[in-house]
Amino acid sequence: MLELTSANFDASVLASSDLVLVDFWAPWCGPCKLMAPVMEELAGELTEVVFAKVNVDDHSDIAQRYNILSIPTFLIFKGGQVVDQFSGSMTKDALRAKIEKHS
Amino acid sequence: MPEKLIIIGSGPAGHTAAIYAARAELKPLMFEGSTPGGQLMLTTEVENWPGFPNGMMGPEMMDLFKKQSERFGTRILSENVTEVDFTASPFVVKTSTASYSSEAVIVSTGATAMWLGVPGEKEYGGRGVSACATCDGFFFKNKKIVVVGGGDSAMEESNFLTRFAETVTVIVRKDELKASKIMQERARNNPKISFVWNSEVKEIVGDGTRVSGVKIFNNKTNETTDFATDGVFVAIGHKPNTELFAGKLELDKAGYIVVRPGSTITNVEGVFAAGDVADHYYKQAITAAGTGCMAAIDAERWLASKE
Repeated sequence: MLELTSANFDASVLASSDLVLVDFWAPWCGPCKLMAPVMEELAGELTEVVFAKVNVDDHSDIAQRYNILSIPTFLIFKGGQVVDQFSGSMTKDALRAKIEKHS
Repeated sequence: MPEKLIIIGSGPAGHTAAIYAARAELKPLMFEGSTPGGQLMLTTEVENWPGFPNGMMGPEMMDLFKKQSERFGTRILSENVTEVDFTASPFVVKTSTASYSSEAVIVSTGATAMWLGVPGEKEYGGRGVSACATCDGFFFKNKKIVVVGGGDSAMEESNFLTRFAETVTVIVRKDELKASKIMQERARNNPKISFVWNSEVKEIVGDGTRVSGVKIFNNKTNETTDFATDGVFVAIGHKPNTELFAGKLELDKAGYIVVRPGSTITNVEGVFAAGDVADHYYKQAITAAGTGCMAAIDAERWLASKE
């Protein structure tokens, strides 16, 4: 799981040629905690997709840039562009389906 | 070989049932569902769970519940049940990938927060509309927030949101609150909180990217006014998670599972229901845990009587 920071976000996400799933989360968010193992498992299964997360406590600038008003929020980037955005916890199958729509 | 006992749901009811059933050597198999830990995962401090005078965080509490279930041998699958068949024994419980059979089933699928169902609500979900103050309050520092609802959860959310927000306006359908005395007092004494009575949110409006206001209908004067706000937190109650069981278990008009009074016995022999899914009245973590314990004992005795 790639830990995104204000310093590496552009290079890791915007400049990536792969599909990138970014999870905006915080340690105090219950539903975010639920999604952590789901993200880990899917990262092991969908190896062609980059799984990354942004801690909104530490990097509120990135959260502001993407107008994040709820967590967990997931953004899918393709060629540096946001192609999908959705919020809330969900099952592994549901998240997989959301990702596979774009791969 | 079928399982002895399957437990569907992983809130206080499900885990208490699992602890008791596992200690009774029933080797329960639990399906956690799409929101493991249930509604307490969306709360902050739980102050009314006896034995913890200083309170405990909801998610932390559910983590401990799970550890205690596992300690006695409960097998926990982080999967969602998609279909059940209670027409023949053993019962069948299906997920999207596999099928399981079990002699007895405890249903503890809980309840889910309801939405308003007004224009703009879906469109601005995650963009200013929220049902989880603890998740999203952080993003409303020094902003104006509206909370919809007059019950305990609305008061709790309002109080919590004042940590971040400049003002919290509570929109209440009646001219009084349904919330408990202590929660009412706390909200009324909070200088950041004000109330709009006899009013309903009819629409949520925004600029395309985020919420900018709500249309409020006063049900006494029949007037509709525009109210500027940056966020809308919905806390108007819950509905039972019983879609799976429609036509398979007896449900009441509101969709709750009907149990024989004083027990967790449903209309299908061998299927038991515990927690909020069968309780439209108390709806507390402690009562859910209590009925979870009852369900495990009911299931254990029923299994023993068959042998």
